[in-house]
Amino acid sequence: MIPIPEKPDTFYFFGTCLIDLFYPEAGLAGMELLRRQGIRVVFPSGQSCCGQPARNCGFAEEARAVARQQVQSFPKPWPIVVPSGSCAGMMREHYPELFAGEADEAEARAFAGRVYELTWFLVHVCKIALSDRGEPVRVTFHGSCHSQREMGVREEPRALLRDLANVTFVDLQRPAECCGFGGTFSVRLPAVSGAMVADKVADIAATGAAEVLSGDCGCLLNISGAMAKSGTPGRARHIAEFLMERCYGK
Amino acid sequence: MGSNLATSAATAPDFAARASIALADDGLRRKFRRAMDGLMTKRAAQFPDPEAWTSLRARGAAIRRRSLARLPQLLEQLETRCRANGIQVHWAETSADADRIIQGILTDHGVRTLIKGKSMVSEEIHLNDFLAEHSISAVESDLGEFVIQLAHETPSHIIMPCIHKSKEDVATLFRDHIPNQAYTDDVDALTATARRVLREQFAGADAGLSGVNFAIAETGTLCLVENEGNGRLSTTLPPLHVAVMGLEKVVERLEDVPPLLSLLTRSATGQAITTYVNFISSPRKEGEQDGPREVHLVLLDNGRTRIFGDPQLQETLACIRCGACMNHCPVYTRVGGHAYDAVYPGPIGKILTPQIDGLATAGDLPHASSLCGACGEVCPVAIPIPNLLVRLRGEAAHQNSASTVMGAGARHSSVEDWVWRGWRLMHQVPLFYRVATRVLTRIGNAMPASLPMLNAWTSVRTKPRFARRPLNELVRSRGFDHE
Ligand code: SF4
Repeated sequence: MIPIPEKPDTFYFFGTCLIDLFYPEAGLAGMELLRRQGIRVVFPSGQSCCGQPARNCGFAEEARAVARQQVQSFPKPWPIVVPSGSCAGMMREHYPELFAGEADEAEARAFAGRVYELTWFLVHVCKIALSDRGEPVRVTFHGSCHSQREMGVREEPRALLRDLANVTFVDLQRPAECCGFGGTFSVRLPAVSGAMVADKVADIAATGAAEVLSGDCGCLLNISGAMAKSGTPGRARHIAEFLMERCYGK
Repeated sequence: MGSNLATSAATAPDFAARASIALADDGLRRKFRRAMDGLMTKRAAQFPDPEAWTSLRARGAAIRRRSLARLPQLLEQLETRCRANGIQVHWAETSADADRIIQGILTDHGVRTLIKGKSMVSEEIHLNDFLAEHSISAVESDLGEFVIQLAHETPSHIIMPCIHKSKEDVATLFRDHIPNQAYTDDVDALTATARRVLREQFAGADAGLSGVNFAIAETGTLCLVENEGNGRLSTTLPPLHVAVMGLEKVVERLEDVPPLLSLLTRSATGQAITTYVNFISSPRKEGEQDGPREVHLVLLDNGRTRIFGDPQLQETLACIRCGACMNHCPVYTRVGGHAYDAVYPGPIGKILTPQIDGLATAGDLPHASSLCGACGEVCPVAIPIPNLLVRLRGEAAHQNSASTVMGAGARHSSVEDWVWRGWRLMHQVPLFYRVATRVLTRIGNAMPASLPMLNAWTSVRTKPRFARRPLNELVRSRGFDHE
């Protein structure tokens, strides 16, 4: 269980490399949502990637070098909010072990302890109150494995969606099951990954939702690509973008 | 037909190829999905209260860690206690040693038929084949093992060895292999047939062999759980009982067993307790009416001492072989056990097999995971399986003469080294990162879909579309502070 901090005046935003390359709108929406909760958002320009791709492939040294760049780019004691449970999990759960025995271990640990996932932060720290201005729509949600298992984010995004008056939220039949992304897993074992994402897309289609939302862009890249390839109707996007559009008209 | 594909899958060169063959078998996928769903539901029903689960699991994890911390002493104590109880103890460093020791004991006693309770360690040492070469016939008495023995296959799951077979498959096997057996797929009738055949085998067996779930050092007791009574018959009816166990299965005290038993059976089959729980402390004593005249315990190392030598990898040895990690694994559920081409499939197999067989042959297994973490989440003794997978990936990718992992560096590739060096440079130096994201967002979409990695990606997905501008560029124009 992650302890809930006081609502800060200022906090950092960690955009993630996938958002930089593929989903900048999701990053902007996340920052805007937070700014509208009356907190100052700071985006350190030295940031890049949490280091997870290298770490997961067993390249700890390379991962550590990149992780160190992040630790040094967020020097103030402000909370660090991340629009990805997977990157947040990497930083909160794995930085301490990645830096074990290093000269800057204490710094890395302190950094790790300041990392929060976006929807969790909105619910528990900002205690966000949303008012829905959108048309009636049916949506579902896919939570990434690491958001659920490393960051303990399970009910938070669902609670946000259920709060919206005109949104009908339908949960997946297998909400805890992996979508098959797994970073390099998706290209090392494309057949297995493909079988997993096909099942996920079928689960999504069975909800009859017009949109599937997620808090993680890796899953989104995988799911939206598989939906498009298989001709499955529906849109896949980051929950922050959806919330911004519904409640603040973008 | 599932079995044909599953069997051919086991002979393909690597996991990716075997998995693809298994994935093409819809029937097999449906069977595993249904079976794993059932097991997950049953397990969940046994742990309704998250707090109770967390605390029981913490106890189980602590007991296993405490046992491992004193493994050498506990093994000595176990040996002394067992000897005092009249159980003869043998040490086997390798699989071949274990085979020879067991065959030696059996030959000394003139054994021609051996009745076996379920034992994964006997699979690990490929005992049945070895004994067959020495004219000793080993008969599996666990129903699932009996079925796959008829089919000349290997287990596809450590708890439910014939989970890949439908009742129709079993009906056909029985008709083809059991004299005067007509085809029936009535489960009760099939069970009755197996029971009749096995009763005869029990009555005629010269010796019994079993595995061990826990060995208790302070009392010299072997604990064995099962549901069919075949374990009890195998260990009590014949005049000779040979038990074989991996040397990590020892626990310190009798009181360590109840929490572990509770975790084991609930996690494995969703049972609060199994139908039979056997505690074996000695051969038949003076004046007793039944029980074997001799009991032998064979302790197998087969690489475990090496695993024990590494503080992180040692966690592998905490395993109590409940199978929950495979029941919850999204990869295992889709490809089944045979795709791993290993005695121990699924997540535990992905960390254990490369350490026992070496990374040169099994170095691809640690990559057969999306690192989703479902295994580590349900493991009743809290083995951080995903972290160990990552560790073994690193061991396979790096040449390191100081490594204690067999076959370290077996999958080293200079190309991969350079890819990660480049990746590091791009993400470590802010200027490079900004330039790279700028360039990729502007020209990335022109990359040909035929690039090797992209190719694999687009086999089931459309090409990912790069954004027009990266977030790090956009934040400035939207008036966010960037320092
Ligand atoms: S690793 Fe854990 S979950 Fe898997 S078989 Fe062993 S004890 Fe069970």
